[in-house]
Amino acid sequence: MLSTLLDNRHVRSAALQVLLLVGFASLLYWLWSNTAENLAARGIQVGFEYLHRQANFPISESVLPYDPSDSFGWAYLVGLTNTVTISLLAIVASTVFGLVIALVRLARNPLASAMATAFVGGVRNMPLIVQLLFWYALATTLLPAPRLAFNPLPGVYLSLRGLYIPSVSLGPNGVTFLMLAAAVAVSFWLFARRVPLVARRASAGIAIVAATIFATTTLEPSVSLPALKGLNFVGGLRLSPEFAALMLGLIIYTSVFISEVIRGGIEAVSRGQWEAGRALGLSERQTLFRIIIPQALRVIIPPMTSQYLSTVKNTTLALAVGYPELGLVVGTVINQTGQAIESIAILLSVFLTISIAVSLFMNWYNAHVALVTR
Amino acid sequence: MTSKLLGMCAALSFGLAAGSAPALAGATLDAVKARGFLNCAASQGTVGFGAPDEKGYWRGLDVETCRAVAVAVFNDKDKVEFVPLSGQQRVPALQTGEIDILPRTFTWTLRRDANGLNFTTPNYYEFTGFMMPKALGVTKVEEMEGASVCVQTGSTTEVVANDVSKEHNLGLTPVVFENSSALSQAFFSGRCDALITDAAALASLRATKAENADDYVIFPATKFMDALTPAVRHGDDQWLDIVNWSIQALIAGEQLGITQANVADMEKSEDPRVKRFLGVEPGNGAAIGLDEKFAANIIAKLGNYGEMFDRNLGKDSPLKLERGANRLFSNGGLMFPLAFQ
Repeated sequence: MLSTLLDNRHVRSAALQVLLLVGFASLLYWLWSNTAENLAARGIQVGFEYLHRQANFPISESVLPYDPSDSFGWAYLVGLTNTVTISLLAIVASTVFGLVIALVRLARNPLASAMATAFVGGVRNMPLIVQLLFWYALATTLLPAPRLAFNPLPGVYLSLRGLYIPSVSLGPNGVTFLMLAAAVAVSFWLFARRVPLVARRASAGIAIVAATIFATTTLEPSVSLPALKGLNFVGGLRLSPEFAALMLGLIIYTSVFISEVIRGGIEAVSRGQWEAGRALGLSERQTLFRIIIPQALRVIIPPMTSQYLSTVKNTTLALAVGYPELGLVVGTVINQTGQAIESIAILLSVFLTISIAVSLFMNWYNAHVALVTR
Repeated sequence: MTSKLLGMCAALSFGLAAGSAPALAGATLDAVKARGFLNCAASQGTVGFGAPDEKGYWRGLDVETCRAVAVAVFNDKDKVEFVPLSGQQRVPALQTGEIDILPRTFTWTLRRDANGLNFTTPNYYEFTGFMMPKALGVTKVEEMEGASVCVQTGSTTEVVANDVSKEHNLGLTPVVFENSSALSQAFFSGRCDALITDAAALASLRATKAENADDYVIFPATKFMDALTPAVRHGDDQWLDIVNWSIQALIAGEQLGITQANVADMEKSEDPRVKRFLGVEPGNGAAIGLDEKFAANIIAKLGNYGEMFDRNLGKDSPLKLERGANRLFSNGGLMFPLAFQ
């Protein structure tokens, strides 16, 4: 009886699955209980109550407004938005720049192509952290002290403290104004395209409503000029050397890898496609963007996903050059609170979420551009 | 850095999974003895407190505090393995059992104390200071309006910088670094107007990294003093006692006038305090599970606290720091020996 059951392939594989599941569950249970026991034995507090407590430490720059009197939880969120912002900027810029490098490398001009090849080889073989420190050291040694700042245009100052430019504020109604402007722009865009009548009517409605609001909205535009006050500049918009070094390093490093992916993708499209394009009387440009690249995308997307994922993870190197991304904030919180397990768990789950989101999006896009075969 | 965070995380999970033994009372001494050496946290290079010399031999006040404990346990000042740790790494490293003692310019604070650590006897009293180039003409905190300040993460100074900025309404801009070499590079290249950390560490940086030490001025950031104190894991009372009394032996040795040079002669002393201290009259060492002569051994191998201070930070060192609050209480300082009896 038992032997007949064991001889059944389905039963055997199901039993194996159940065994694996039980093994995995008991491993998790063992890890969990062991951790809890050890934490209790060492008098280490666990729990997430600290997230509501006042953080007290500064964060040097942030996309979201932050003050040291905000909570630890908010500090995490500030670090997270910084991470997401630099990731997005680096991904978009590296993709554009990577495409340019790939095209230069494929160009018929031997000098341009050789230079691009050398550039790719050089950048690719140097660790990112070294490059970041190089750009940062360059920024902090080449530029003058604030009192001797370069002043190429009125209100523009470049010094060791970063680049200061005048900022424009639209007053308290500024945000509403910008949102309406965006709504109108979208409406006009819909108008210009061939879209269903309903959508066009709706967009016309939006434009009319928005125009009425524009007419009644009072804007109080003001310009803030940076000026040297005490030891530093006050006012205006600032681009810090930390941010600049980080973006420069990340973009150059990532775009080189992306250019290789794109080049590989373009070269994978058969030469006959180029010839066909020319035979049809298309220009080189048209052939490239309308025939070659759409086909190359099928090869490019999967490796590109890995590049984007590594870029997101590479942002944690920012703390070497003093840019406060999530990793730096988490490290500081661990030191201020001692809540290492919770903080690391948050860091891990955040990166897991971002990575899964990126790969889901890329997989969706891959399915979208994939060759439809029937 | 990713690798460090991952390392911390891995250390954490492995430490928790595998290292349940050190949590038990008395287990640290047994583990150290079985291993044959002490695991001690060191800084990533603060001359005077913990840095390898040109031959790779670790020197400094914090380093020698560990050596004192090694002498107490093994009667050998070199049975120590130094683990260079950043400010962020040091607490998890101690909590998880990667190190046995954490004497790394570590400020005694309530929340650290409450969270899995026990502090021993302070080995250095210090104010938090700012260092600024003299050329900026600033000599006190009130004049620092708008300054950008280089701060190292993983330290109490992050909070101090913020407190000071609020208190005097200075609007200080922090630039926070994880890496101490990037921090000093940024400061000396002029990226920040000021650098904030313990005043002795500032003096150390000034003496070792500045092109011309006289171009920089150091002044206190607050009127408060911090007690830099070696820490051990919570829950092992015997180990806490051993570290405490090893540090006490250094301080009491100075108070009793016992030096590396005269410790052998002092064994003939008729003074009952000296006799108890040196273990001529037994009872002290055995009570905490050590050799009866552990205090005498420490002084013989390393000298007393005063000698240690002079060698690493004071008149015999490149830093030439004043003893200040680190004098014995009898000279107006805060160093206070407890009774060896």
